[in-house]
Amino acid sequence: MNEIIKVTNLTKQFKQITAVNNLSFNVNSGDVYGFLGQNGAGKSTTIRMLLTLIQPTNGSIEIFGLPLQNNRNEILKNIGAVIEKPDVYKYLSAYDNLKLFARLNGTRPTHHQLMQQLEIVGLANRAKDKVATFSQGMKQRVGIAIALIHQPQLIILDEPTNGLDPQGIADIRNLIIKLSKEHGKTILISSHLLSEIEQIATRILIIDKGKKIIEDTATALFNPSQTIVEIETTNNEFALQQLQKSKWLTSIQQHTTNTITFKLDKSQIPTLNSNLVEMQIQLISIKPRHSLEDYFLRVTTAN
Amino acid sequence: MFTLIQIELYKIFNRPRTYIAFIAIAALTIIVQLGLKVDGKEYADFVMADLKNTFSIDGKIINGYFVCYVLLQLLLVHVPLLIALIAADMISGEANIGTLRLLLTKPISRVQFIIAKFIATCIYTVALLIWLAILGLLLSIFIFGTGDLLLLKNNYVVQLQQNDIFWRYTGAFLFAAIAMITVAAVGFFLSLFAENSIGPIVATMSIIIVCTILSTMSLPLFNLIKPYLFTTHLVTWKEFFDIKINNQNETIAGSIQNPAKIINSLTVLIAHIIILISITIFIFKKKDILS
Repeated sequence: MNEIIKVTNLTKQFKQITAVNNLSFNVNSGDVYGFLGQNGAGKSTTIRMLLTLIQPTNGSIEIFGLPLQNNRNEILKNIGAVIEKPDVYKYLSAYDNLKLFARLNGTRPTHHQLMQQLEIVGLANRAKDKVATFSQGMKQRVGIAIALIHQPQLIILDEPTNGLDPQGIADIRNLIIKLSKEHGKTILISSHLLSEIEQIATRILIIDKGKKIIEDTATALFNPSQTIVEIETTNNEFALQQLQKSKWLTSIQQHTTNTITFKLDKSQIPTLNSNLVEMQIQLISIKPRHSLEDYFLRVTTAN
Repeated sequence: MFTLIQIELYKIFNRPRTYIAFIAIAALTIIVQLGLKVDGKEYADFVMADLKNTFSIDGKIINGYFVCYVLLQLLLVHVPLLIALIAADMISGEANIGTLRLLLTKPISRVQFIIAKFIATCIYTVALLIWLAILGLLLSIFIFGTGDLLLLKNNYVVQLQQNDIFWRYTGAFLFAAIAMITVAAVGFFLSLFAENSIGPIVATMSIIIVCTILSTMSLPLFNLIKPYLFTTHLVTWKEFFDIKINNQNETIAGSIQNPAKIINSLTVLIAHIIILISITIFIFKKKDILS
């Protein structure tokens, strides 16, 4: 696979605070690369370093096979970015904002191309209206149109669904899927909304306190060999007494007054179920929990 | 670079705030012109009261050239405040509305970015002075007509022939352009350190006020630093209206009494501009954009 972004031992120190700590990762051509972390994990700092807004303290960044430091303008020509809130000039129309930023990219799109771009983000009917009259979601869409107008190879989206309503979030999710599948764009998207990343990412990097926790394909992360199973019983005290005498004792992760959580292999779930019945433990529910959210919370909390 | 300057100018002249300065200058100019049109004779009698005891003065004292001189004396003190409104907003304003980070992800170098922004600020400043020249000089000539310019200095009187005046105004406005660009450079430099424009605008105005006080107070300590303060040189445009005299005590048309003072002031002001913009570029090149 062709490497689009190659980050090696990237570090950013703000006085006493290490925002990004020795971070390395690769984004391949065609990836929808999910960049996950809780607030303050170092996602935005990393993205700002990728876009030359912040200078790294240490480490190197290569994009399109070129060192970023020496090839800034050449690289940025092929990147479209939305960084947090995509603030644009409120006293200009969506159309004029798009035209202005396209010119900054060194392109002069035609009226047709500008309107087509606004059509893609669903703003063609408001093209000539001042951005000051737009909702947050509409401003977000102007930002995305600006990121796409020069047909970049790589799209970097930092928390693009912040402040959007469910419909706006769904629209942006669909747009990202479309850009990836139909237009072959490479996309790096950061978010703390795990459900968002879960639905669109092909590869995922989880960071915490500026450090890499895990980087893997979404498939691998969603189907880890070990999974979490939570049971709810009518009498947890009795259930725990029974389980302490069984082989399942070592699999117990935690228990509350109502639930007991096991960490085990997926294939063991049916055996657990039948053993619980044999031990006369009355079950209310048995739930395997293996969403990325569980995984994310588990790894970041453990760290 | 040309595209960048075009874009910056497009942004400046599409902002409603830009026109506050143009409206303020128009309002002040028209008020002063109206006042002098109605009560000009009383004003001239009051100003020339002492002189009339010694000399016989004929002709039209309140003419377009005189009105423009009065306007320049009044307005060039306040124009820096209007320039600060835009110059001090150039970088901090972009940081405040969040467009700075978007602009700097585009394939333009930071040096080009700063230079284009500063050139656009200079063009705005010059446009403001051209507006002042149109209203202050041309409109005054249209309303009051032309004539010789009689100016009262501290201990002497200057009389300039009407055919020896227009070029002096051209020189004065060109000098004022450099002086006001210096003010713009101060505001522009300060806008680098803030993420909203209020702070740099207030800071620019405060610097102008403090330095003007230092420039005008005659204390030995202040006298040492006065030659290096830009505010000391902002009013040197008046030197264009002082004329040389020959051995027979006759004025020499087309001359300036102290051209060295103008050159010295220009040197100090241009040095301020170069130093301030160089420091701005140096800091901005390394600045982390966190807004």
